[in-house]
Amino acid sequence: MTDMTMPSRAVPSSEDIETAARAALARRKRLVVGLRVGILVAVLAGWEISTRLEWIDPFFFASPSGIFSQIAIWITDGTSQGPLWEQVLVTLEETVLGFLIGAVGGVACGILLGRNKLLADVFSIYIKIANSVPRVVLGSIFIIAFGLGMASKVALAVVMVFFVVFANAFQGVREADRAMIANAQILGASPVQITRTVIIPSAMSWILASLHVSFGFALVGAVVGEFLGAKKGIGLLISTAQGAFNANGVFAAMIILAVVALVVEFAITWVENHLVRWKPTPFHEQT
Amino acid sequence: MPLLTPSRDVQRPAAAGAAAPAIELVNVSRRFVTPEGKAMTALRDFDMVVGQGEFACVVGPTGCGKSTTLNLVTGLARPSAGEVRVMGQPVGGVDPGVGFVFQTDALFPWRSVLDNVAAGPLYRGVPRKEAYEKARDWIARVHLAKFEQHYPHQLSGGMRKRVALAQTFINEPKILLMDEPFSALDVQTRTLMQDELLALWSGTGASVVFVTHDLEEAVALADKVYVLTAGPATVKTVFNVDLPRPRVMSEIRYDQHFVEVCKVIWDALREEVQIGQQRTMDSGH
Repeated sequence: MTDMTMPSRAVPSSEDIETAARAALARRKRLVVGLRVGILVAVLAGWEISTRLEWIDPFFFASPSGIFSQIAIWITDGTSQGPLWEQVLVTLEETVLGFLIGAVGGVACGILLGRNKLLADVFSIYIKIANSVPRVVLGSIFIIAFGLGMASKVALAVVMVFFVVFANAFQGVREADRAMIANAQILGASPVQITRTVIIPSAMSWILASLHVSFGFALVGAVVGEFLGAKKGIGLLISTAQGAFNANGVFAAMIILAVVALVVEFAITWVENHLVRWKPTPFHEQT
Repeated sequence: MPLLTPSRDVQRPAAAGAAAPAIELVNVSRRFVTPEGKAMTALRDFDMVVGQGEFACVVGPTGCGKSTTLNLVTGLARPSAGEVRVMGQPVGGVDPGVGFVFQTDALFPWRSVLDNVAAGPLYRGVPRKEAYEKARDWIARVHLAKFEQHYPHQLSGGMRKRVALAQTFINEPKILLMDEPFSALDVQTRTLMQDELLALWSGTGASVVFVTHDLEEAVALADKVYVLTAGPATVKTVFNVDLPRPRVMSEIRYDQHFVEVCKVIWDALREEVQIGQQRTMDSGH
């Protein structure tokens, strides 16, 4: 005879279950963070040890300690082209300017063509052609046309950003819900009101998604522009280090770029979360 | 059957003015070209007259062109032949006196309930303060006062429909068009929403055209039921429903007379449904 009820053990209260669930969640979080740190330490230590034991040549492949001391020197003594913060600021300025101009232009053109079928049909072929040109090549033209200063880098960043944002804005406008537009129309909205209150908000999640990707492109545009010819900037820092066979310098500049990109990415995510408050929280964030 | 009067209902258009029917479709046909370039006929020689303050339901087989009738009245679609008149005037564009409740969710998901309901007056240039006051009033009337700041995705299907009703009624439409508005709701919620609709509608004097594929819903709500033929749709028969108002949805379905009316109309509808079914199967879609 089996007795399924177990009077000796009390049924756990919902408070107990919640406490247990919270504890399990915290444990898991600690595990993930621990593993992440562990992997980082293992890779850096492996790299450092291999260079110390000369399994790989630190002259070509740099070493974590070398990279670290290079960054330290740049911070304390400045770089060969002036203080480090100045280089970061110049690259950041080019990137942000290019990003803003490209994004605004992309959104404006995307909405215009998305709303106007004739314009879309006429211009789609040219946009396809322009999009298929490897845009980094335009950098050379821009250096010739705008010189070694900031303008050529901004121009390159703009073309890198524009097409990505444009394509997303255009698609977002096209995907706007037909019933929603008809609803606004019957409620009394004019075409301008429809664009402002229905089309742009519904394209917004597409546009924001593209901004994430395209900021990275803007940074690539600015840095490649500096490679090709510049007086200041992190790109120039990299090409100078490359010219001097300074592998530590190349990696150090790369890390600085990565930090800059991460900080800005964080800022964009923050803005995005504020702009699309109305969206249901994705499941994986509901923990 | 003296209480039920099938009629071919082809009234001649009346002169413009106070006595004009709210909605008139006179001998209307609507053809359109599909993206594949094939011409399709949605409506053929269609006649409909809805008097002021009258509640008309349109039933017909799936995909026969029921919704097209509504689009013609809004002015979002133009007739290929014939004439559509609203309040005696030919339809030239979106009429400010028309309200429309959609089958799908047409609320703006990035706006709170309050902003959704206030949209109509704001679009029409009503001052903000006044628009929001009015919106609060209508939200209270659909019993959502506690949900003013919620976004649509935080509400249930029935609540979203209430918001849609408030959003439409706030413009005080003289003509209310409804395209299977409750078809996505579960049966209990649907019954509640039908009561809600009748409560909101009674006393407004608005004329309603309510498209549905649910015959019982049509009979329960309407003064007049239009049965359409399988597409291209034309009017097969018009039935007048003389059940007394106010009607209570949860009780009316057990009413003997209601059952009889449903039976008579179903006899007319069944044939068309079968034709429609047969056609779908033959075409293999």
